Amino acid sequence: MLSQAPVISCKNAWKIFGSDPKRYLRDLDQSKSFDEMRADGYIAGVRDVSIDVHKGEMLVIMGLSGSGKSTLVRCFSRLHDITGGTIEVDGQDIMALPEKDLIELRRSKMGMVFQSFGLLPHRTVLENVAFPLEMRGQDKHTRRARALEVVKLVGLEGREDYFPRELSGGQQQRVGIARSLAIEPDIWFLDEPFSALDPLIRKEMQDEFLRLQQMLNKTIVFITHDFDEALRLADRIAIMKDGAVEQCDTPDQIVLHPATEYVRKFTEDIDKAHVVHAGGLADSAATGEGTPVDAAQTVQGMARMLVNDSREMIPVTKDGVSVGALRRVDALDILLGDG
Amino acid sequence: MAVVTTNAGDTKTALKRGHIALALVGVAILMTIARYTGLLPEALHRLPEWLIPNFAYALDAVFEFVKTDLGLLAFTRFLTGGLETVLDASANIFFGKRRWPNVGPIPWTSLAAVAAVLGYYLGGWRLATLAGGTFIWTAMIGQWEIAMQTTSVLVVAAPLAFIIGLALGIAAWKYAWVDRAIKPILSVLQTLPFFTYLLPAVIFFKVGPTAGAVATTIYAIPPMILMTTLGLKKVSPEVVEAGKMSGCTRWQMLRHVYVPAARTEILVGVNQVIMLSLAMVVLTAFIGMPGLGAKLLAMMGSFKLGRSFEIGVTIVLLAVTLDRLSKAWVVKQPEHFEKGTPWWRRHLTALVAFGLFVGFMLLAQIWPILAEVGRKQNFSQGKEIDNLIKGFLNIEVVKATTGFLRAFLNVQVLIPFRNFMLSIPTPALILLVTAFALALAGRKQAIYAAIFFSLVALSGWWDRAVITLYSVISAVVLAAIISLPLGIIAARSEKWSKRVLLACDTAQTFPSFIYLIPAIMLFGITDIAVIFSILIFTMVPLTRYTIEGLRTVPPEMTEAADMSGATRMQKLWNVQLPLALPTMAVGFNQAIMFAFFMVIIAAFIGTQDLGQELQRTLAGTDMGKNFVLGICVSLMALTFDLTILKWASDKKKALGLD
Repeated sequence: MLSQAPVISCKNAWKIFGSDPKRYLRDLDQSKSFDEMRADGYIAGVRDVSIDVHKGEMLVIMGLSGSGKSTLVRCFSRLHDITGGTIEVDGQDIMALPEKDLIELRRSKMGMVFQSFGLLPHRTVLENVAFPLEMRGQDKHTRRARALEVVKLVGLEGREDYFPRELSGGQQQRVGIARSLAIEPDIWFLDEPFSALDPLIRKEMQDEFLRLQQMLNKTIVFITHDFDEALRLADRIAIMKDGAVEQCDTPDQIVLHPATEYVRKFTEDIDKAHVVHAGGLADSAATGEGTPVDAAQTVQGMARMLVNDSREMIPVTKDGVSVGALRRVDALDILLGDG
Repeated sequence: MAVVTTNAGDTKTALKRGHIALALVGVAILMTIARYTGLLPEALHRLPEWLIPNFAYALDAVFEFVKTDLGLLAFTRFLTGGLETVLDASANIFFGKRRWPNVGPIPWTSLAAVAAVLGYYLGGWRLATLAGGTFIWTAMIGQWEIAMQTTSVLVVAAPLAFIIGLALGIAAWKYAWVDRAIKPILSVLQTLPFFTYLLPAVIFFKVGPTAGAVATTIYAIPPMILMTTLGLKKVSPEVVEAGKMSGCTRWQMLRHVYVPAARTEILVGVNQVIMLSLAMVVLTAFIGMPGLGAKLLAMMGSFKLGRSFEIGVTIVLLAVTLDRLSKAWVVKQPEHFEKGTPWWRRHLTALVAFGLFVGFMLLAQIWPILAEVGRKQNFSQGKEIDNLIKGFLNIEVVKATTGFLRAFLNVQVLIPFRNFMLSIPTPALILLVTAFALALAGRKQAIYAAIFFSLVALSGWWDRAVITLYSVISAVVLAAIISLPLGIIAARSEKWSKRVLLACDTAQTFPSFIYLIPAIMLFGITDIAVIFSILIFTMVPLTRYTIEGLRTVPPEMTEAADMSGATRMQKLWNVQLPLALPTMAVGFNQAIMFAFFMVIIAAFIGTQDLGQELQRTLAGTDMGKNFVLGICVSLMALTFDLTILKWASDKKKALGLD
């Protein structure tokens, strides 16, 4: 997975809002804090972010409102032009693309889901889903067939001729998801797709989303302000504050080793035993004896075994191959608390 | 902390502004006293003749240059040709003018049936009855042909205004420089008296329907531009981003995303275009356009009250129908049909309308009454209503009341007030207006007020301008005396608020011309009738905004007042009125704008103000004078507009109501 070139490669990206951001960035003392910049009349939406997204990976960008997460994802798709740095998609510098090529890139490779759905109110479900296909000039027959297919995929069969206002929030977001999938994009951006939904529907939609992802295996950038949601979905999480990335790592590592005080605060109330996997605790240099545990197993899942077992080191395997061993005490500490 | 200090600063500058304004008023009073004691030199009372530049002459020269040397006239005459063909065609279709395509006139029954079906489609049985009923009434009362003369211009002018307004609105939204260029023109256009639209239209586009259509179109464009821009700005950013992420090109964005998403505002614009077009098309009677307006003008001129009343009813019905239909269209959402619905079911409404249309066409061949209600066949009761009204006015009590009102208002209030206004020296009045703008709005508005009124003084029409101002002020004050209590009482209950607001809404759709009818009925052709017609016209916005202002006071504030043990009166004076005041000010502003509009129309009854002179210019080709007069009215109206709206928005911000 890591051997391949990243799908999205973002290097030292800056996005500054203000009257003359380019010039401001050029003369900027980069150690200036967010608030100091605001006092100058500029808002740092994204500050000095370097992040790679690999093929088939799900990167979740987590942050509170105003942390710049939505701005960052809009820079990836060039809905916003970045002020400094580079963003490459499939090796192409997207800032260098002329409008025509940019449109082509979006038409063929990118799909995006929005927090408040962004559906066109005057079009039916089917027409909304077929919209990106229509824009790229596909004929009526094939785009209808494809749209029907995706509508079915998200479970909205029989509602093709409804208008958005006739649907519930969850159903509207299914339309949004279907629309973003219609062109079979390689890269899938989801901007807080479930935040506007009721908690019960949100859970259901997350499950649905995981099901889809297992089927489609896309490269995903997922935005959320909900740390639980991030832990549940992510391969890697990037936590943002004031436009900068505080830490970008796997859920296990973030919970086990928060890089900053800010990140630690998020992890405080998390039941780590549900988050941390055997793989995350495994020390690749160490070895153990006896029956191994699977790397994908959570500490909670191993609870009974951990308590009853007496080994000091427990071997960990991934897909049947040994990846090292974990110290049983470490796992027990997580399960029972450090006390 | 920072906020507190700036607030204190604001208060300080406001105080300072107040002092300067008071000083200005002081100077004005001194000048007026000096005038009364005969100490003021004549040159300071009125601008001496030799100081007044001949704007009209200069403007005439400019017009002449643009008209002939720049070839504008040739260009507009060329446009006239195209427009005339379209108008002739619609005239043929609607009332059978002998022109291409020679198919008309459409039988009235066909049109009534289509109107009823359209009404049903948009708003159920009630709208169907209203729409169908209006057309049946028009035919039965014997006004079909003149109504269709009006309609035939309306169906050309309104779509034209819509298209131009939409295009300009999109341009103004897209390009900041267009927006900047259009804004001031729009605000002048909206205060320019309609007589000023008419004369250039006549000169550049020939007398009759063509000039009428052009004037109507120009008059109806501004709100369409404003609504389009507003709607496009309001499209949710996520919808825009969704469009971009779907790979829309710029044109696709506009065509498939922006315009459809701004549908509601654009349709509200359509509603306003239709209503303004109707109001204007009736007024084009003044430049000899045949139709309902011309007939009404003639009937009122010969004091045939019964017929005037009937035409008034027709115009009102037409206005209400058009308004309700277009408003129903705004809220009408597309319906979806279950899969497998047959074709004819999907298009049932259109099919029924078409069937009835053709059906009545055929039936009209057999029974001509279905095609045209003849002269002797209609149910017009003009004479009878005439006698009824005149009889009513001759009842002793009524006569005594109107007579008393007329005498009292004239002798005790209006004439003294008018003479007083006229006795104020020109510079003193300019100072008073400047002080008013300074106290309410600020320095910028005060400077505008000073410049605008000085220009009016320089125009050489000062006395007539003062008389115009006097009519406006006295009518608005009288209207406020009636409307404010009315609004306050109505606002006390949900039920009455709704009823009165509905009445105001309906009354606002009436073309302004209509308001002359009751005025003439009650007071004949007198000064009082002028004031009265302005008064009822301006009562509408005053009442409406009073109710809206009071009803939108946040409930927690009135609850807080209740819990503090305030009586109703205390609550009204200390909580509700202060918070409603900014909204009520907007109502006042609209009332003043309406009054400036109406006072010009009232020239028809016979006034001595700018409107009278304006109306006279229509007979000739005196475009320079026409413009000078029009601009004078516009400048005075703009002064109030700028000042009051600034005050209202400042106040709203200060109260945190935005």
